[in-house]
Amino acid sequence: MSILHTVNKSPFEKSSVGSCLAHALEGSSILFYEDAVYAVLKGASIEPLVAGFDGVKLYALGADLKARGITDDKMIDGIEIVDYAGFVDLSAEHDKVQAWV
Amino acid sequence: MKFSIQVNEGPYQHQATDSAYQFTKAALEKGHEIFRVFFYHDGVNNGTKLTTPPQDDRNIVNRWSELAEKHDLDMVVCVAAAQRRGIVDEGEMQRNGKDAENIAPGFRISGLGQLIEAAVQADRLVVFGD
Repeated sequence: MSILHTVNKSPFEKSSVGSCLAHALEGSSILFYEDAVYAVLKGASIEPLVAGFDGVKLYALGADLKARGITDDKMIDGIEIVDYAGFVDLSAEHDKVQAWV
Repeated sequence: MKFSIQVNEGPYQHQATDSAYQFTKAALEKGHEIFRVFFYHDGVNNGTKLTTPPQDDRNIVNRWSELAEKHDLDMVVCVAAAQRRGIVDEGEMQRNGKDAENIAPGFRISGLGQLIEAAVQADRLVVFGD
């Protein structure tokens, strides 16, 4: 069973990003949106946890990245950018959506 | 596919109701069905018609009402959360002896059973909020 995990709070504000990363099983996906897009910043203290996360596909919402000035070159490699339509597609493609609020 | 949406955060608080709105809109544009939008906790504040944001700002409440009218959405406000926060419809006004109601068009007040039903009936429940 595949799960789409969604996280919306900054890893520097709440522990939900870390909790989600610790619980996501292989074959699941994680979407960072709202302030959680700060988790994809290269050079941030959380980078070692996020970068090279095997078996779990990582996504970030494009509009929220743009609103925070996080351009492609500032992002950890391998994270796919989606728009709201892509968010809907991910929700449909996975069996469940688990919000880490 | 059938989606249900849960909104736990008030308007203009952080970003959750904006995200929920954009997700709902995108899902409808893709031809998906929205079984219900359920407003819980501070999310019930999305359902007051008394908000007057500045003209150059998005009107979150009206935006929901317009989306509901266009797509015949079922937007439910949790009654217990609404009573605590002063979200009142005609029935609640009479039942609780209030002198006004403030429920925005397209919203209705009902119980938590509606959230359970929304989760059971829809293929996916997507939760937004704090």
